[in-house]
Amino acid sequence: MALLEIENLHVEIDGKEILKGLDLIVNAGEVHAIMGPNGSGKSTLAYVLAGKDAYQPTAGEVRFNGKNLFDMTPDERAAAGMFLAFQYPLEIPGVATMTFLRTALNAQRKKRGEAELSTPEFLKKVRELSGTLGIEPEMLRRAVNVGFSGGEKKRNEILQMALLEPRLAVLDETDSGLDIDALKIVAEGVNRLRAPSRSFVVITHYQRLLSYIVPDIVHVLSAGRIVKTGGKELALELEARGYAEYQEEAAA
Amino acid sequence: MNREVTIIKTAAETALAQAFTQARARLPGDDAVTAQREAAFDVFAREGLPHRRVEDWKYTDLRVLMREAKPLASPPDAAAKTSAKTAGAMLRDIDARRLVFVDGVFVAELSDLAILESGLTVRPLAQALADNDPLLTAHLGKLAPAKDVAVALNTALMGDGAVIRIAAGSTIERPLHLVFVASAKTAATFVRSLVVVEERARAMLIESHEGPAGSDYQVNAALELFVGDEAHVDHVKIINEGAEALHVSTLAAAIGARARFNAFTYTAGGAVVRNQLFLNFDGEGTVAGIRGATLIKGHQHADTTLVANHIARDCQSREVFKTVLDDEAHGVFQGRIIVRPHAQKTDAKMMTRALLLSDRAEADNKPELEIFADDVQCGHGATAGALDEESKFYLMARGIPEAEAEALMIQAFLGEAIEGIEHAGLREALMDSVAAWLLARGQVLNA
Repeated sequence: MALLEIENLHVEIDGKEILKGLDLIVNAGEVHAIMGPNGSGKSTLAYVLAGKDAYQPTAGEVRFNGKNLFDMTPDERAAAGMFLAFQYPLEIPGVATMTFLRTALNAQRKKRGEAELSTPEFLKKVRELSGTLGIEPEMLRRAVNVGFSGGEKKRNEILQMALLEPRLAVLDETDSGLDIDALKIVAEGVNRLRAPSRSFVVITHYQRLLSYIVPDIVHVLSAGRIVKTGGKELALELEARGYAEYQEEAAA
Repeated sequence: MNREVTIIKTAAETALAQAFTQARARLPGDDAVTAQREAAFDVFAREGLPHRRVEDWKYTDLRVLMREAKPLASPPDAAAKTSAKTAGAMLRDIDARRLVFVDGVFVAELSDLAILESGLTVRPLAQALADNDPLLTAHLGKLAPAKDVAVALNTALMGDGAVIRIAAGSTIERPLHLVFVASAKTAATFVRSLVVVEERARAMLIESHEGPAGSDYQVNAALELFVGDEAHVDHVKIINEGAEALHVSTLAAAIGARARFNAFTYTAGGAVVRNQLFLNFDGEGTVAGIRGATLIKGHQHADTTLVANHIARDCQSREVFKTVLDDEAHGVFQGRIIVRPHAQKTDAKMMTRALLLSDRAEADNKPELEIFADDVQCGHGATAGALDEESKFYLMARGIPEAEAEALMIQAFLGEAIEGIEHAGLREALMDSVAAWLLARGQVLNA
């Protein structure tokens, strides 16, 4: 069974249609890349999957693990295994990173009927994961993302993903603002999580990230629809030729 | 003057005048005290209850909010004393010396006056007034602004309270906790306390105010606090009155040179609360932190009015007040920093923030700076707004349910004020109280 099935999805923001009949099927264990020019609807897709308020689906269906995604609140989606790595992670002054991580993990476990993690178990897990991502313990003592550089915020997103072990991770331009070293750390963090039961949707403007996170399938999103699907070689083709031909196609 | 003045007295004003007339003869104190009471009562007789056209009371119109004046409380009976045994439970994990006042009267059997630390003197005000304690003669009424009608009524009708002296150089490790508790009877209390902390002494003073939920009792409490040179004083006030109570309280402090002074007010209870702070920085080189956290809901009204008066040079003061408002609650913050001509190098910064959890809640912020010196660093800021939806979505996208996400954000919002408290146990007690408030709110949400 497909993990994520999107059928003829239309989405509006403030009355303006951004997604115009998008179809996508992601099976368990697959890594999909979604590429496209600015304004094609990439981030809209990410937000509508996570459940952001202003993104209103007006037609179509999304089934996540066989269930209607739109019946679930954002926290319910997260507990069901949906994870969005934000393009711009939020700073939340006053909320300690460790409190945030533990609250999130235990809220999800509780909703799934699992036991909460004990404090020593939790600390051990966070220490291990942050070590592999090069996140200093000092960063974890700060408030969520407060005073973090762009790269640190992105690594913190990957730490959250690794801790929460989602079924489907949507990475929204996780490569933006990263230098090559940070990009490698983030990509390694993602690759370590690849598993037969876990899927990824990697949203990016550039091919660069896909040299490190090698996708099974590449889609081109243009003007709110997927206009071409191919293998990983499609990403290289796009890098060489740009998006011009797809934009013309969508406009036609 | 031949002007004809017609003063229309409200029912509450008439009742207060009657209460004073009837009680005058039996209120404690000698002729000098009686004269002090009468002079204070004259202020009230002239001004009446403060109303919205009195600038300092603009947002807390007592003529409207105080429909009637309750009779003066009679001394507590055995039942009232028994019911007061659990008072101050919020701070039960803090090893404090408790001084308990039930219906405005000191109750020795509920208090801890055993083995006082050296340098510490504690007496009930009624006793001190009765035998002309020289500490009172020297200090009582010297600080609290006589023209403030709430203070004037307190001075006219003060019955009991705490009189505390901490001798020069003494460090009192155990916090002193003044527990003011109202019993089930619907009455008015006027408690007045005096605390003199001499030079180089160190003390922490907590006052808590509470009472039953179903009674519209009235509290007028005032405390005059003298902080000597190089003394270190922390003052904490917890206003947890019953849901229908009216609470007016005043802290008037004079702070000496090179002192450390921290004041914190936590307001969660009461139908109408007016919390006044009048602080004089009389000596140079003092560092002060004045903070507060208020959580109100339903139709609660809570007003914090602060005057920080920088008289001497080189003082630093930080004022941080946070208010969380739900339902149709009304929060008021009036903060005035005055920098007198000689108070050069004053460094004073005031910040007030209101977090509105409901469209119907109202927050009025009135920060003011009056600066008469030319070499100072002063500033103020005021904000009012709702919870940040983007941040909430981020938390929810990680699996945190909405009510819990909001609770985290509200705790973070108040944390900035509460974290300024030096006493770890007190910090925890307050954060626990915030958590309980949020839990109650969450249950309402789920209902």
